Amino acid sequence: MNLSESFLTALDSLIANKLRAALTMLGVIIGVAAVIALMSIGNGFSETITGEIQSFVTNLLTITTDGENSGGYLTLSNADIAALADSLNTPALADVSAMVTGNQEVVFSGNSSQTTVAGVTANYLAMNNLGEFQSGAGLTQQDLDIKARVAVLGSEAAPDLFETSYPVGQSVKINGVSYEVIGVLEESGSGFNNTDGNVFIPLTTAQSRLYSDRTRDGQKAVTIITAQAVSEEQTDAAIEQITETLRRQHDIIYAADDDFSIFSQSDLLETFDTITTTMTAFLGAIAGISLVVGGIGIMNIMLVSVTERTREIGIRKAVGALKRDILAQFLLESVFLSVLGGILGILLGWTISKVAGRLIDLNTVVSVSNVLLATGFASAVGLVFGIYPAWRAADLRPIEALRYE
Amino acid sequence: MIAMQNITKSYEMGTQVVHALRGLDLNIQEGEFVAIMGPSGSGKSTLMNIIGCLDAPNSGTYTLDGIDVSHMTDDEQARIRNRRVGFVFQQFNLLSRTSALKQVALPLMYAGYGRSERMSRAAAALEAVGLGDRMDHRPDELSGGQQQRVAIARALATNPSIILADEPTGNLDTQSGEEILQIFKTLHEEKGITLIMITHDPEIAAAAERTIWIRDGVIQEEHQS
Repeated sequence: MNLSESFLTALDSLIANKLRAALTMLGVIIGVAAVIALMSIGNGFSETITGEIQSFVTNLLTITTDGENSGGYLTLSNADIAALADSLNTPALADVSAMVTGNQEVVFSGNSSQTTVAGVTANYLAMNNLGEFQSGAGLTQQDLDIKARVAVLGSEAAPDLFETSYPVGQSVKINGVSYEVIGVLEESGSGFNNTDGNVFIPLTTAQSRLYSDRTRDGQKAVTIITAQAVSEEQTDAAIEQITETLRRQHDIIYAADDDFSIFSQSDLLETFDTITTTMTAFLGAIAGISLVVGGIGIMNIMLVSVTERTREIGIRKAVGALKRDILAQFLLESVFLSVLGGILGILLGWTISKVAGRLIDLNTVVSVSNVLLATGFASAVGLVFGIYPAWRAADLRPIEALRYE
Repeated sequence: MIAMQNITKSYEMGTQVVHALRGLDLNIQEGEFVAIMGPSGSGKSTLMNIIGCLDAPNSGTYTLDGIDVSHMTDDEQARIRNRRVGFVFQQFNLLSRTSALKQVALPLMYAGYGRSERMSRAAAALEAVGLGDRMDHRPDELSGGQQQRVAIARALATNPSIILADEPTGNLDTQSGEEILQIFKTLHEEKGITLIMITHDPEIAAAAERTIWIRDGVIQEEHQS
């Protein structure tokens, strides 16, 4: 019997047993689709997070109070900003900015919203990737010097308060005091640590009107100091210089711990890297399980149909089929089911990943290697468990296969 | 045509060894109609399976048309089954969900005939057993008698010289059984096919030219009618 006859026989047999064929194929389809969908969603997450991390300025350092060694006080002060800005102390730093924050109710003609109001230095917005304006402009050093009552709104804070009216030139009330809106920021686009809902006012204004926190020795306190190293390579040197300067500023004795903490963006990068790696591994594990489950499904339906098929093999052998005729037929049946199931599985998985991507607003990525892995595994399982029982049955004497119950 | 000498066959049933055939001798001439009778467990089905190359003896020699078939490979035996022997079983042994025409064409496919010749020969075989109008029917759409006639058509498809029938009427009602027997008789009389049939029914055995009684794996008595 030649190959095309075997192929037609296999096709005949599949058409005659549509339900069995469909169930077998379903195993392959589910296995392949689950892996492709899960892996593509996982890859989408990883790429989104990595993309956001890469938008960070990598030579930026963030200095905050170390809660454990501060005795309940904020430890960073205006004097520290000045000390860090002095290039004699910190030659590795290019720029230093600071912020003091808290929650306030912001009111505009009846609309009110509870949000973060941050007092910042004039250079803060530009240093933290917030230098783009929809309208108006940012804070100036003069605003700080005269403790001006002016405010810059984040892109989400503006419509919350003003709805459709033009905010610049209007005045909002914060803690009962009027501030003139001088600018509205562009969307920062960063999902992580999103500041689009914030309102920014001059640091000096905030310190005198909203946040009266002092350090233990009575200095006006700030919540966060951000410092930019001259270059990424200089980040380590900058951390050392900042530590030295602040310890001297705070009169910390040699044996005592720092009362502040310094984070670099590269620390954050490493943390995120670990998270994405873990998540990819986790999704990979889920995909692996779905492969195994799909594989078991394929295996079951193949093995369950063996009783009927053993008798069929007996009948075929009794009327003159050679062993290779039987094997060719079953091999082709399995190949056909695996290939068609694989293709349908790829289509289904791709569709699921696109639909899921749209639902959760994620750019899912279907990778070729995942498609190959899923299809290859499902096909291999389909082939092995499609052929192995047939191979055993074809080895039986026809009379034994006919009697098989 | 069939010459068997000192055939033995035993097989394991669980832990027990069953000696189905114990040194059996048998000769059957071309064109004979032979009935084989005997109680259950006497070894008559085992004998039939060995004659038809569905099973192989443990020892002894078996020549079919002068060819020693007892030491052939599996594939060589498959060719013998395909070209020289036609089987009819008590349980019909048809493929499920397959049309009568395709059932009958099956041995022709393994014999290497082209598609159109397979179909025309299968159709002719079905006509010959009176199922010309049931070619597209599947086994579950046919009565027991009709299914057995499909099985006979399948056995006839490759024009074998021997038909082996293992209680072909055992699962049928009396009328269908008689129809089946009539088909066998006609085949034997008109085509001169060698017919070997296992049966429990003395009436059916009476239709044969020769009856062989088997007991405990050997031939106990024979009589010519």
